[in-house]
Amino acid sequence: MAGKEHAHPNYMAIFWWLAILTVVEIAVVFMPFGKLTIGVLLCGLALAKAALVAMYFMHLRFEARTMGFIALTPVLIGTLLVLVLLPDGFSMAKKSELKGAAAVTAPAKN
Amino acid sequence: MTTHSMVEPAESPLTPESWGKLGMWMFLAGDAVGFGVLLASYGALRATSTDWPSPYEVLGINLTAAMTFLLICSSVTMVKALEWLGRGDRDRAVRFLLYTAAGGTIFVGLQAYEWSHLIHAGLHINGNPWGSSLFGASFFLVTGFHGLHVTGGVIYLLAIARYVLNRPQPEASYNAVEIVGLYWHFVDLVWIMVFTFMYLL
Repeated sequence: MAGKEHAHPNYMAIFWWLAILTVVEIAVVFMPFGKLTIGVLLCGLALAKAALVAMYFMHLRFEARTMGFIALTPVLIGTLLVLVLLPDGFSMAKKSELKGAAAVTAPAKN
Repeated sequence: MTTHSMVEPAESPLTPESWGKLGMWMFLAGDAVGFGVLLASYGALRATSTDWPSPYEVLGINLTAAMTFLLICSSVTMVKALEWLGRGDRDRAVRFLLYTAAGGTIFVGLQAYEWSHLIHAGLHINGNPWGSSLFGASFFLVTGFHGLHVTGGVIYLLAIARYVLNRPQPEASYNAVEIVGLYWHFVDLVWIMVFTFMYLL
C-alpha cells in the first residue's frame, strides 16, 4: 500500500496560497472597513486557509469519503455550538452596551 | 500492519486502507471539537464583555505573523518528508522530518518569548492591564493548549524519524509518516484559526 501514493499535489503552490492569504488577512485588519466586514472577511480567509491545509496537505481530497465525513463532524458540532451561543452573546452584548453607554455619559471624566 | 491483510475480506465502505490513518482522523476530529469549544467560549466571553481589549493592538501581530509563516513552512517540510519517502529516499525523508521538528521547536521558543513579554507587561491568567481579566485567562489557555500540541508534535516527529531510521525499507514507514503528517498539519490548521480569532479579530 506504500506504493499506492496518491498523485502528490503541487505543494509549493499551496504554500504560496497560504502565504498570500496570510498577508491578505493582516492587510484586512488595517483596512478602513466596518468591524463586521473585517470580521466576515477574516473568517472567510481563515476557513479558506484551513480548507487548503485539510484538502491538500492532509490529502483529504484524495481520501475515501468516510474521512471527509469524520473531518466534517467537528465543523458541524462547532457551527451548532456557535449557533447555540450566539443568542446569549448578542443579548448580553446589547445589555452591556446599554450599561457601557450609560457609564460613558454619566461620569464624563477628563 | 499485519492485521491489515486479516481484515481485508470483510472490506466495507467503512473499512479504511489504513486503520492508523482512520484512528488519527478520529482523534483529530475529537481534538478539533476541543479547540472549537475553547474558541467558541472565547467568542462568547468576548461578546459579553465591555472592556475586552483589541487583541492585535495589545498583543502585537508581527511576531505571531512570523510564527504563522513558520508553521506553514514546517507543513511544507512535512509533506516533502513524505514525498521523499515515497520516492524511496529515506535519508532525505528523515532530514525533512527533522526540519519540521526544528520548525516546531522554534515556534514553541517564540511562543515562550511572546508569553514572557506579555507576562512582564502585566498580562496574567487572572489579570490584564488592558481590560477584562478573562482576556488573559483565555489567551493563555488557548495559546498554551496549542503550544502543548506543538510540543507533543515535536516529540512525535522525533519518534517517527527514529522509526524511519530503524526500518531499511522506506515503504515500511510510509504509513507512519503520513499519520504524523496528519497530526502536524492539524496543528498548523488550528494555529490558522487561533491566529485569526485570538490575534486578528
